[in-house]
Amino acid sequence: MSIIVNHVNHIYDEDTAMASPALIDVNLKIPDGQFIGLIGHTGSGKSTLIQHLNGLLKPSSGEIFFNNEDINDPSYNKKNLRARVGLVFQYPEHQLFETDCFKDVCFGPKNLGLTQRDYELRAYEALKEVGLEDEYFYQSPFDLSGGQKRRVAIAGVLAMKPEVMILDEPTAGLDPKGREDILNLISDLHSKLGMTIILVSHSMEDVADYVDRIIVMNKGRVEFDGEPKEVFRHYKELEEIGLAAPQVTYCMQELKAEGFDVDTDVTTLQEAKQEILKALGRC
Amino acid sequence: MLREITLGQYYRTESVIHRLDPRVKIVATFSFIISLFIAKNFIGYVIAGLFLALCIKLSNVPPKFIFRGMKTIFFLLIITMVFNLFLTPGIPLVTFGRFQITKEGLRLALMMGVRLVFLITGSSLMTLTTTPNNLTDGLEDLLNPLKKVKVPVHEISMMMSIALRFIPILMEETDKIMKAQMARGADFESGSLMNRAKSLIPLLVPLFVSAFRRANDLAMAMEARCYRGGEGRTKMKPLIYKKRDALAYGVIVLYFAAIIASRVIL
Repeated sequence: MSIIVNHVNHIYDEDTAMASPALIDVNLKIPDGQFIGLIGHTGSGKSTLIQHLNGLLKPSSGEIFFNNEDINDPSYNKKNLRARVGLVFQYPEHQLFETDCFKDVCFGPKNLGLTQRDYELRAYEALKEVGLEDEYFYQSPFDLSGGQKRRVAIAGVLAMKPEVMILDEPTAGLDPKGREDILNLISDLHSKLGMTIILVSHSMEDVADYVDRIIVMNKGRVEFDGEPKEVFRHYKELEEIGLAAPQVTYCMQELKAEGFDVDTDVTTLQEAKQEILKALGRC
Repeated sequence: MLREITLGQYYRTESVIHRLDPRVKIVATFSFIISLFIAKNFIGYVIAGLFLALCIKLSNVPPKFIFRGMKTIFFLLIITMVFNLFLTPGIPLVTFGRFQITKEGLRLALMMGVRLVFLITGSSLMTLTTTPNNLTDGLEDLLNPLKKVKVPVHEISMMMSIALRFIPILMEETDKIMKAQMARGADFESGSLMNRAKSLIPLLVPLFVSAFRRANDLAMAMEARCYRGGEGRTKMKPLIYKKRDALAYGVIVLYFAAIIASRVIL
């Protein structure tokens, strides 16, 4: 049970003067239950890559396997795939269309051909999961705040009960509070429901606290792939491609340079605090 | 699927046609369209066809790209041709029961077909080689004399340029929403006609919402920049005729003369 991306290339507008390669020889193996941060600058190919994972885009060459089946095989059931690999686009609130939130969340599971009882149950569960208050269930999605709309949109994908959930910049344009809420929600999906999560972001800070693995994309290629601390060790190279390691990494590097005996591999604020206290001999 | 509509889509490349003044291209396109209705015989269409082929060659736009726009008018083309083929009275060539193909009908059908194809190709060539901004700048300049009779030329061209400017944006938006709904299991391509029409609701509602949002933002941004219509407004890049434009006008006049000659002499 996993996703395998095998030598995938993608070229937009092939055969025209605007032809531009968006993915170059991408190879990945995504096992079940992992929480992955996919990071890269604007135009690095991360959005293109995730659209391949649920079959919305077809690779120009190369294959993608989901549970050992080639998803671009003509006989493969793409609708089924899209239910199992849920994709939440950037600004997902722009896709809301129904007269009330509940109906909108029903759209996904309804398309799967479930009975009314089943899809309504799923919609209810999904809305509960994202923490939308009951009083908003039957309100027009257009009357909600930005953060609430986004939750409804995420619930719309969640209601399909996917095994893998891909979220493209789910925190873009939200205030710090809304950002943290959404990230905690995603983290819960991983820990409570055991979903495989791929979180796309261009902010290391956002993902460092949550993920098991970071994939860094640059100009259509996978630049780094590993545990956060391994990736952050390359903080100088990350800077060269216009990204940055979390503040904590810089802080610890500076302390080390100043002669304190600290571990520079820490990635979260909590770990950093422990390290500093240890170095000061107060622990 | 949506990339098939080329009308109003600029194809970025380097060519003589791209560098021409937009006014020349507008005049050329209009002359070309008029010439299609002047031409009455085989030679006239050959001249028009050659002229068009030459322009396409010079424009460096791959022909594949130009003819892609043809798909959208395919039905119109077929219907026009079939009606003309069967319903024109004259000397019968073949008869199927109540219907008959006449010599005149065949001639008219072919002429109509060629005319339509040339018409669409010619106008797509203009939009493919001219940026929307340039196009409306050119149009505004050409229509300037109408200001004397109180036609709001500037406003019209501003509306046109906004409309043209938003075609690719809205197309991209459509693509995005379509993908987002497909990710939620929506199916736009199969089912009965009724079901397919219904399946467009999840696409159209968000699209209209976003179009209104963009219109609002744009109006706000224009007001913030003190937009007050065309009165006393200057241009960052005023249109100036170059030598090649004069040359192009010469070519258009020659072409037009050739078409008229083909009708009068032959």
